[in-house]
Amino acid sequence: MASSKSIHVEVDGAAYTDDVEPRLLLVQYLRERLGKTGTLIGCDTTNCGACTVHLDGESVKSCTMFAVQADGRKVTTIEGMAQNGKLAPLQEAFHQCHALQCGFCTPGMIMQSASLLKENPNPTETEIREGLEGNLCRCTGYQNIVAAVKSVADGVEYGDSGVSVAESLVEDAESAGVS
Amino acid sequence: MIPSAFDYAAPTTVEEALSLLAGADSAGDEVKLLAGGQSLIPVMKLRMADPSLVVDLGRIPGLSGITDDGASLTIGAMTPHHTVATDSLVLAHAPLIAQAAQTVADPQVRHRGTIGGALVHADPAGDMPAPVLALDAVFNISGPNGSRSVAAADFFQGYFTTAVEEGEILTGITVPKYGGWGSHYEKFTRVAQQWSIVAVAAAVRLEGGTIAEARLGLTNMSSVPLRATATEAALAGCELREDAIAAACANVADGTEPASDLNGDSAYRRHLATVLAKRAVLAAVGLSGRKG
Repeated sequence: MASSKSIHVEVDGAAYTDDVEPRLLLVQYLRERLGKTGTLIGCDTTNCGACTVHLDGESVKSCTMFAVQADGRKVTTIEGMAQNGKLAPLQEAFHQCHALQCGFCTPGMIMQSASLLKENPNPTETEIREGLEGNLCRCTGYQNIVAAVKSVADGVEYGDSGVSVAESLVEDAESAGVS
Repeated sequence: MIPSAFDYAAPTTVEEALSLLAGADSAGDEVKLLAGGQSLIPVMKLRMADPSLVVDLGRIPGLSGITDDGASLTIGAMTPHHTVATDSLVLAHAPLIAQAAQTVADPQVRHRGTIGGALVHADPAGDMPAPVLALDAVFNISGPNGSRSVAAADFFQGYFTTAVEEGEILTGITVPKYGGWGSHYEKFTRVAQQWSIVAVAAAVRLEGGTIAEARLGLTNMSSVPLRATATEAALAGCELREDAIAAACANVADGTEPASDLNGDSAYRRHLATVLAKRAVLAAVGLSGRKG
């Protein structure tokens, strides 16, 4: 019988110590153990990029990594992107550019876009498209996604949209008929 | 999808990893070495691989990174594709390998996937074997009886099969420096993040306005990467004109029997090889606008 392993991992700025089965995927650990359901499972086959998170600042597909491999390392999910209740510039740009339709690919798109801009702060449109080749949008809404990333690279200031993270969650819940 | 249960070990030295392999062998356990996991983990999720022990090489510091050996570079087996593609030493002395690494899968996979993992996995459609073969790299392998070196020409033995034996670990590859050579990796795919349908790796040395020496590696034209030695000979002395280079590359598929699959049948792959070889050499000698 396979024995579990103890891991120490920092996720979105908080330290966690957990016993995990070696076969537990990082995405399952994030979603099912830590409740970080902002990170989504799309294809579960390393293709779609919906599960993209940062491992020590670099984008990875969390469906294609075991949680034990993250031992001693720092993971950032979409839930750790906003700071002090304010959306990160990429989140704000996706919001303002309408860079999502159904929204399922959005967390992965934003995490990969952040990794892309860290490695290449001034990408061309082609470089943005190539940089997002591991992320699939089944609504095929790529145009506005690329525009949102480009706008952040170009330093477009959207100002304060008035959307704080907590309020936006409330708005989303209200528009979905949840109270 | 959840893999079958397995035991996990994360050694911190090659010696410790080798002793884990030896122990698993004597216990009759099926053991898999985990490098970047970008091929192994999907296969385990599909339960096409069902190891009882996974030995993670990710905690062995000495296996990752690029060192300058003077006349050659050594690239550690656990060096991620992203590092290989962007490292200044690789870009300066083996740009063909950097360029091929940049075509592997997508950015996330390149952050995790490693050059050594890709070479030992030896997928016929993988992008790292052909350039490494074309550049005559040497494979550094450690095992229970010490270390040995294997020439690239002897490393790839068949579908997903290499010279690395049970109980051994590929620790890195040593690539001669190719000062003054031009190179290009020309990969043909139809959609993003796809495996090569066919690709050609070319390295060319010019002398007095003609091609003095050429090296060509073919991806996915066989169960193993191929050297196109007859075309290399035909290119030697070739003038820097498109028609002359095209003529020298016209028979590059001779003697090959590539597989047929949903991406293309064997005859189509043979046609692609001639087109891609010409494009790769033209780019390597600076006669086209292609990157690289």
